[in-house]
Amino acid sequence: MTENMQQDISDTNSAALPPTSVRPQEKKSLQQRLYPIILPFIVLSTALILWDRTVVWNEVPHYIFPRPFDVVLTLIEDWSILSGALLNTLTITVLALAVAVIGGVGLAILFAQSRIIEYSFFPFAVILQVTPVVAIAPLILIYVQNTILALLVCAWIVAFFPVLSNTTFGLNSADHYLRDLFRLYGASNWQTLRFLRIPSALPHFLSGLRIAGGLALIGAIVAEFTAGTAGTGSGLAFRILEAGYRLHIARMFAALLLISGTGIAIFLILSWVQHMLLRKWHESAVKREH
Amino acid sequence: MDQSETMPVVRLKNIGKTFSNGTVALEEFSLAIHDGEFISLLGPSGCGKSTALRLIADLSPPTAGQIDWTAHRAVTRGGIEREIGFVFQEPTLMPWATVYKNVYLPLKLSGVAKADARPHVEEALELVGLGDFHDSYPRELSGGMKMRVSIARALVTKPKLLLMDEPFAALDEITRNKLNNDLQLIWQKYKLTVIFVTHSVFESVYLSSRIVIMAARPGRAIAEINIEAPSPRDLSFRTSEAYGDYCRRASEALLSAMDSRDQM
Repeated sequence: MTENMQQDISDTNSAALPPTSVRPQEKKSLQQRLYPIILPFIVLSTALILWDRTVVWNEVPHYIFPRPFDVVLTLIEDWSILSGALLNTLTITVLALAVAVIGGVGLAILFAQSRIIEYSFFPFAVILQVTPVVAIAPLILIYVQNTILALLVCAWIVAFFPVLSNTTFGLNSADHYLRDLFRLYGASNWQTLRFLRIPSALPHFLSGLRIAGGLALIGAIVAEFTAGTAGTGSGLAFRILEAGYRLHIARMFAALLLISGTGIAIFLILSWVQHMLLRKWHESAVKREH
Repeated sequence: MDQSETMPVVRLKNIGKTFSNGTVALEEFSLAIHDGEFISLLGPSGCGKSTALRLIADLSPPTAGQIDWTAHRAVTRGGIEREIGFVFQEPTLMPWATVYKNVYLPLKLSGVAKADARPHVEEALELVGLGDFHDSYPRELSGGMKMRVSIARALVTKPKLLLMDEPFAALDEITRNKLNNDLQLIWQKYKLTVIFVTHSVFESVYLSSRIVIMAARPGRAIAEINIEAPSPRDLSFRTSEAYGDYCRRASEALLSAMDSRDQM
């Protein structure tokens, strides 16, 4: 019997494919591989060149609108100041994200265990989320003495909700047949949580995480601006404000460039994490051959 | 087998199940299942056959009546003997785990260590012909292969009772016939008791020792047919006169169970 089944399984696996000519396939994959790199590069370069020429042809002074090259120069010249500021902003962002993840996942697990707890506390989370952090930040800066801690709280507030919301949803999304299966074998609550609900929640958590990463940066910057207007702070946003007062426009652009770069880096890293965790099995990550 | 003398493995006494929305899924349903039988519950949609299966598996409590079973579900942790295996309509595999881990799951939940479980898992996978697919993910498998993994998982604890809820309904004819044959051989080899829910007359006659025909609204049993053909059965049985005869009888009984509102 086993030999028969083995035979039949290999039969269903070796489906005979018609031969395809090689050249069209090659061309297609070359296109597919180059376009995502070449096209954005062309567009970005064109934009930079246009920027540069517009400034030059209109003879715009550098303290109104600098040329791209001036920005890069300023970035290099002021690197000691800007890198310190970058580190500060980055530290706040990463810490806030870490706390948001720990708090969000922990609370989501708590919510998943008891509907009563979920209904009781979810409204707080929603209120916290929908109130723009720009409006909350001044209050927090008054109440929290330590400026760094205050910045952390502000950044955490915006990053926390997507993690909580997505993870809670994910924990409640386990396949109902699988839940029946776990009950059939007498699984404890803890076993169901650990072996079924948490793995089920992973894709949802990861998409919440990617959103939270970008938001943590926004929260940190917003908080810094609010703190900066009061005269304290040393992150990139503060440097932007300071440069603005002194009409160092090129430095403002340089700091902006660093902030954008940080945002892109965060996005890429979190996307990579998502890919690594899901690549073997999730619909969104697995390549499909046609 | 002299059924009147053996203790039934499971006995349902006047079972009723009414859902909270008022639907009467089962009414006055009685059934005695004896050791080693292969019983098909055959009926149209809504006749309560899947509900009856879930009640037997204790996934749902009856609203009336009583279920007695000698196969008790309470098992000490670390014990390998588990009394009930269930195969759902969907393969229901954990997509994030390999085939091996999926089949290991019932033992893991009972507290069996990985090393101790290995021979059982490997045996179950060999049995369904997937010995080479330990490290594959469900995504990489065809529908028939996924269903085999589901069956292997149901068998890994060497259950007394195997419950199957239209397991082959979503598969193509060829795969279905193959799995029918494989299921028979497994049934014989492990001396299982199988309760098999289906809406296919042909499948039920081919596989079973006894068919219980059910009707809907309210869900109830209306007829029983004993299939007196030797096992294991093969293609020659499918083309025999006896098979055709049984199919006719089952179809007639089924037809009488259905009215204009019913669908298969």
